[in-house]
Amino acid sequence: MSDTGHKSRTITVDCLARVEGEGALFVKLKGDKVTDVKLKIFEPPRLFEAFLRGRHFSEAPDIAARICGICPIAYQMSAVHAMERALGVAIDPAVRMLRRLFYCGEWIESHALHIFLLHAPDFLGYPDAIQMARDHRELVETGLRLKKIGNRIVSLMGGREIHPVSACVGGFYKVPAEQDLRALVEDLKWALEASVKTTRVVAGLDFPDFQQDYEFVSLCHPEEYPLNEGRLVSNKGLDIDVAEYEDHFVEQHMKHSNALHSVLRGRGSYLVGPLARYNLNFAHLPDVAQQAARDSHLALPCRNPFQSIVVRAVELVFACAEALRIIDSYTRPELPHVEIAVHAGVGSAATEAPRGILYHRYSIDDRGLIRFAKIVPPTSQNQRRIEEDLWHFVSQVASRPTDEVTWKCEQAVRNYDPCISCATHFLRLQIERE
Amino acid sequence: MSSNNGRKPRVAVFKFASCDGCQLSLLDAEDELLGVAGAVEIAYFPEASRAMSKGPYDIGLVEGSITTHHDAERIQQVRRQCHVLVTIGACATAGGIQALRNSQDVDEFVRVVYATPQFISTLKLSTPIAEHVPVDFELRGCPISKHQLVELISATLAGRKPAVPTYSVCMECKRRGTVCLAVAEGVACLGPVTQAGCGAICPSFHRGCYGCYGPMETPNTQALTNQFRVLGQTDQQIVRAFRGFNAWSWRFRKASEECERT
Repeated sequence: MSDTGHKSRTITVDCLARVEGEGALFVKLKGDKVTDVKLKIFEPPRLFEAFLRGRHFSEAPDIAARICGICPIAYQMSAVHAMERALGVAIDPAVRMLRRLFYCGEWIESHALHIFLLHAPDFLGYPDAIQMARDHRELVETGLRLKKIGNRIVSLMGGREIHPVSACVGGFYKVPAEQDLRALVEDLKWALEASVKTTRVVAGLDFPDFQQDYEFVSLCHPEEYPLNEGRLVSNKGLDIDVAEYEDHFVEQHMKHSNALHSVLRGRGSYLVGPLARYNLNFAHLPDVAQQAARDSHLALPCRNPFQSIVVRAVELVFACAEALRIIDSYTRPELPHVEIAVHAGVGSAATEAPRGILYHRYSIDDRGLIRFAKIVPPTSQNQRRIEEDLWHFVSQVASRPTDEVTWKCEQAVRNYDPCISCATHFLRLQIERE
Repeated sequence: MSSNNGRKPRVAVFKFASCDGCQLSLLDAEDELLGVAGAVEIAYFPEASRAMSKGPYDIGLVEGSITTHHDAERIQQVRRQCHVLVTIGACATAGGIQALRNSQDVDEFVRVVYATPQFISTLKLSTPIAEHVPVDFELRGCPISKHQLVELISATLAGRKPAVPTYSVCMECKRRGTVCLAVAEGVACLGPVTQAGCGAICPSFHRGCYGCYGPMETPNTQALTNQFRVLGQTDQQIVRAFRGFNAWSWRFRKASEECERT
């Protein structure tokens, strides 16, 4: 349903709030030829956009965070920015930097989780990181320590790792003192070094020879590697303000999925996430991250989705370096948040969740109550693209034994880090051979 | 729990309607993870492993609420496979934030979110696991505390009751020396009726508790409602306060409904 209430099979305004969770993959082959691919998401609908209506604008960050326990800060950040646009709020520059730091914590935690615990076992041939740890203890321990450092930033700034409590429209409920943040420096210096080393290690894994002509979409900011702000840009000519998002992107409700597929109007699938950010924003990576990419012989642009593990490692380097830079120049803002004058309004925002752009739009009334909410998570934007990758990739490996094809397909889906649960639950993979 | 013939206890993790955050707490216990993995056999944990062994399991951890016919059947199978069944988090113990549908028209909700509602199959209510099967222990929180989770697993393995408090968040504020926001600044805070366990995080961040651990044992919600009114909260605000991540837990539900009636 849209603001204007028109309906059709093509969804133009509304969307499903939860994406990440239970799914299944269905691939149909005729001989070695692929005849059907369906990534099914059957996680039960949780209906966030419906029950956000009637809630106060100040509740949106905490409620929206519950869509995803893996990247709650992304949901909090897109919500606060969208509300601030609706209410015409300008935040303190120091608060802006703190939000970047908060987000770096989530990126470090989420990327370390995916690189070491979820993706690396595919490349090294283990069912999980715990079994991988028997032969590669140091690798797993490095991953857990990196993850813990990301979590430490989040819990220091937000009270806990999952669903932290500090973010609010206008700033934070409470901001850290300078010395609190300085306590993170030693850990982060280690993390920076470990990330550089990780980039080299994962660049040495075996990658299938697989490249696609993607349309990459990410935020682009004139001066920074994107986190909270920027225009929406692609390598194929898109360059728009976030407020124009719904003029260019549409969502389709597929029968086989409880998640909505998002496509670029008139062009089809697109890719969001680390690969898109790296390819479109390389120039804004700090020197140490650019150097790590070069030393790993990572192509620019990189069009091999299996190498997303290397790009995530480069982004780990960025997030550690950026966190150190922010802490180094931090002066505690005078006020943790600005006062809000409530009035009716509409606001949208997109921020870069670890998995790609997360779009929110809200309309609120003159009492500050939400009249309408729309949330487009990164996984619903990548879902079409994942299916298309499989169409091409499965035919490349179809002649191999079914067990091996199954695992390769799982790995191809995990390239997108679609979400911790989705990336492993879907593994009721079904291959039908005619 | 003693292992039979030196066999490690088999642990399984199941997900229903949820955000994944509570089971992520297990992976967030970075210091304990490899230790726990050494003490038990993680037999079924799709969030972390593609190896999925069949039941029966010694301990089943269940995250998420029941919102579909399919899941209502699946939880019965899960119960049959688990010797000890523990629910983790507000979704599994109280229906979660998605239980906000329970006081509204769910068909309308589905129409709001999906263009083709006929593709969607969902129940009218989001309900906790204990409304469907017997549960041996409930671990509260949105999300749960990873320390409580590790304590729960250790206690279950040792065959003792987990040391999980049932008093209110106020006790934790006092213990950490946080000045009472409700008394000192007139902030509406659910701490007096909410079960401890989080460590009283919100007041330490200068905001009122939002009740994510659900009602404490024997909470006086009526007294708190009266106090909220004294602080200038409208009935609508009070209803929203109780109708959060544990809206369907009986005590909070009753409090919000009473406030709605007045």
